[in-house]
Amino acid sequence: MKKELVIIGGGPAGLAAAIAARENGVEDLVIIERDGRLGGILNQCIHNGFGLHTFKEELTGPEYAARYIDKVLELGIPYKLNTMVVDLTQMSDQAQQAGADSVVSEEGVKAVDNAASGVHDVCKLVTVMNREEGLYTIEARAVILAMGCRERSRGALNIPGYRPAGIYSAGTAQRYVNMEGRMPGREVVILGSGDIGLIMARRMTLEGAKVKLVAELMPYSGGLKRNIVQCLDDFGIPLKLEHTVVDIKGKKRVEAVVIARVDEHSRPIPGTEEEIKCDTLLLSCGLIPENELSETLGVEMNPATKGPKVNESLETDKEGVFACGNVLHVHDLVDYVSEEALQAGKCAAAYLQGGHSAETAEKPGKQIPIRAVNGVRYTVPASLNIDRMEASQVVRFRVGNVYRDAAVEVSFNGKTVSSRKKKVLAPGEMEQIILKKQDLQQFEGLEEITVSIRQA
Amino acid sequence: MTDIIVIGAGVTGCAVARELARYDLSVTVLERASDVCEGTSKANSGIAHAGFDAVPGTLKAKLNVAGSEMMEDLSKELDFPFKRNGSLVLCFDEGDRHKLQRLLEQGLQNGVKGLRIIEREELKELEPNISNDAVAALFAPTGGIVCPFGLTIALAENAAVNGVMFRLNTKVQEIQKIPEGYRVITNQGTFDSRAVVNAAGVYVDRFHNMVSGQKIKIIPRKGEYCLMDKKVGSWVTRTIFQLPAKYGKGVLVTPTVHGNLLAGPTAVDIEDYEGVNTTGEGMADLMRRAALSVEGLPAGQVITSFAGLRAHGVTEKEDFILGPVEDAPGFFDAAGIESPGLTCAPALGKYMAEMVLKYLPAEEKKTFIATRKGIPSMALADPEERQRLIKENPLYADVVCRCEMVTEGEIVDAIRRPLGATTLDGVKRRTRAGMGRCQAGFCSPRTVEILARELGCDMAEIGKNDEGSEFLTE
Repeated sequence: MKKELVIIGGGPAGLAAAIAARENGVEDLVIIERDGRLGGILNQCIHNGFGLHTFKEELTGPEYAARYIDKVLELGIPYKLNTMVVDLTQMSDQAQQAGADSVVSEEGVKAVDNAASGVHDVCKLVTVMNREEGLYTIEARAVILAMGCRERSRGALNIPGYRPAGIYSAGTAQRYVNMEGRMPGREVVILGSGDIGLIMARRMTLEGAKVKLVAELMPYSGGLKRNIVQCLDDFGIPLKLEHTVVDIKGKKRVEAVVIARVDEHSRPIPGTEEEIKCDTLLLSCGLIPENELSETLGVEMNPATKGPKVNESLETDKEGVFACGNVLHVHDLVDYVSEEALQAGKCAAAYLQGGHSAETAEKPGKQIPIRAVNGVRYTVPASLNIDRMEASQVVRFRVGNVYRDAAVEVSFNGKTVSSRKKKVLAPGEMEQIILKKQDLQQFEGLEEITVSIRQA
Repeated sequence: MTDIIVIGAGVTGCAVARELARYDLSVTVLERASDVCEGTSKANSGIAHAGFDAVPGTLKAKLNVAGSEMMEDLSKELDFPFKRNGSLVLCFDEGDRHKLQRLLEQGLQNGVKGLRIIEREELKELEPNISNDAVAALFAPTGGIVCPFGLTIALAENAAVNGVMFRLNTKVQEIQKIPEGYRVITNQGTFDSRAVVNAAGVYVDRFHNMVSGQKIKIIPRKGEYCLMDKKVGSWVTRTIFQLPAKYGKGVLVTPTVHGNLLAGPTAVDIEDYEGVNTTGEGMADLMRRAALSVEGLPAGQVITSFAGLRAHGVTEKEDFILGPVEDAPGFFDAAGIESPGLTCAPALGKYMAEMVLKYLPAEEKKTFIATRKGIPSMALADPEERQRLIKENPLYADVVCRCEMVTEGEIVDAIRRPLGATTLDGVKRRTRAGMGRCQAGFCSPRTVEILARELGCDMAEIGKNDEGSEFLTE
């Protein structure tokens, strides 16, 4: 089977990317979704607060997803459910050549078309599997990676103690409560103040559980300020900063956890241990992009995001392979996932139509690195091509610490070109700057863009 | 009245039961846990030792070399993962070379084949990531890695297929001598038998001491481990041991037969017979020691940690205690089965069965089925095999555990087969669902759902392992 574009993942990123690709002229595309319905993790996020930026209203997760699913249906975009991508590779040049020859004989017209438009892209092989169709491979000219992310597990956190039932990642508990209508516990301690943990503190409380406390290793919360207020403060749930779980008790089911204060190196301070009786420990200690398939393909990764390194088109170092949403870098707000995915869909469309934007198909231009320095952990994109970029480019980033009354500075070749004051910058809140094509074009000999934090 | 009761469905009990199943004898295995392979057999290094470690002339030495030799054929016969990947004992100090030499000689005496000492250059060639501080190593090409669950479950299933009765969730409380043999009183009723094989792991002394005046003592010796992601599973390709040196007894770094990287174990004697908790100090200690063996140990890639208990026998000879109990005719001990117990299991099963048969002679059964087919693995199957499996059963196309690519077909098979899984851990150990890098975050709700559906019960009744480990409170 051949497809112009395969989108891996039918969550918010995949949906928006598909819509943008179709609206920009890609007819022959398909969304591959491993779950039984479209919408991804939004389906279990039944709280509200989604869509404030995009729709100027407060939607629940499923409502937000429905807006995009309806659009996908309206546009008649094909999708496959309960379908797993089991392999993603690039066809070798030789195989490609052999394949092209055979295409000439069988489908002469199409091959000529491709030759005429000067497209020599390398075909991607997406091997998928489902109950109805079995196992087969789709040859795709372009792929959009939109696989989302997973939660850091107890094992990855190296929490000592027993291994009883009652230890869940916050998202697993969310699924039990919101999708299955079941309660995973009655007396809860939450480790980590990531957004899902905060949301689940409220959710479990509303369902009648007693959430005893949220312990956070860092001196600041990992989640959004609004979630601290609405999910903890409003319910009187204490947030213990600079605390961690140092022991889990209970051989069959969690009976208690021991928390302790940590020093500035995140090491537990002896003598500060406190045993908290509970039957459940929820973990909300960070999200990790799920890039197993990207790695199979050999996509270059950014160690800071654990997602692919992308350019202004959200294209990875593998030509015709784009990434967006939480597989690219973990977002706080789905609105920005959708925005990013729309761009990925649009850029994939431009790529399929013979260049990343029609006017520059002939001149590839220079890739200018965007460096994240001085408190900025990373930027997405990590580089841009002035010729290919749109009139303006959103550059998203996170900081590595809490900064008060600091400024976000942008420099070209080391010369500060903009400085924007911020009252608070925190690792839990994604930031962005906007680069204007005009400004970049006017700066002579631009070699490097840096984004940094300047403290007052 | 049954002929033989085996106490304990760990690798030893299951190996003995499977050997006895070859004969015209009725065998019942009593296991206190909800599944086989729930104690020491589930939490160990997963190594099939070459056999140079044990003192020549001991049962450990004899059964290790024999077990290692049997393992390969058995893995084909019973379809469980085993690989002869070879092992290396690293020497870090020129002054310790004589210890390496002594190990070599000991190995030769035990009958280990292919042993030789290799120098730094060859060592680096074999294992590029090996520590730059290693000066030489003992190379044992017959060293292997085995899936401890795979081996134990295969033995148990095959025993069950051949008529052995497994009574799970059955806790032995008391053993009484009766004229015909023994009366074993459990939480699930009373069982009479002509002979008893005591393979109760860390509890083996408790049962021995119920029938014998010659008391034995077992000390649970805890070993903690850290398991690393498959991404770094080939950091080394052989099992890397350390010569005992000034920093104490060494730890190993090894690929597992499933392609992860494993480091451990620590060795701490404890009092709690179920003290399988990990500790901050233990994990830090083992990773620090493991880092001595390889350059750049990928400690950031740990996906889980666990602890197991070795049933360390307090004996003069530091050997297994195997065989009839002098003052208790018909009562057989398999006690003090610590390392290399897993490797020994195939040979130990035979050895024990022979002794039991001397006491209770029986004819070989003509109906014995020696082979067993495991659960097909989609993750390991080639494309043609995958196609075939899906065609046979479309559930094989439905991935439940995405990290390890385990499908609903495999999970249903694990539940429906003889001695099938009834718990999440049971499914995990039979299929690897939940053993990957997300550690069951995504798949556990689905696996619980499938278990409830297949077993015809409510999701709230499904547990991680034994009663009291249920996931949902309502």
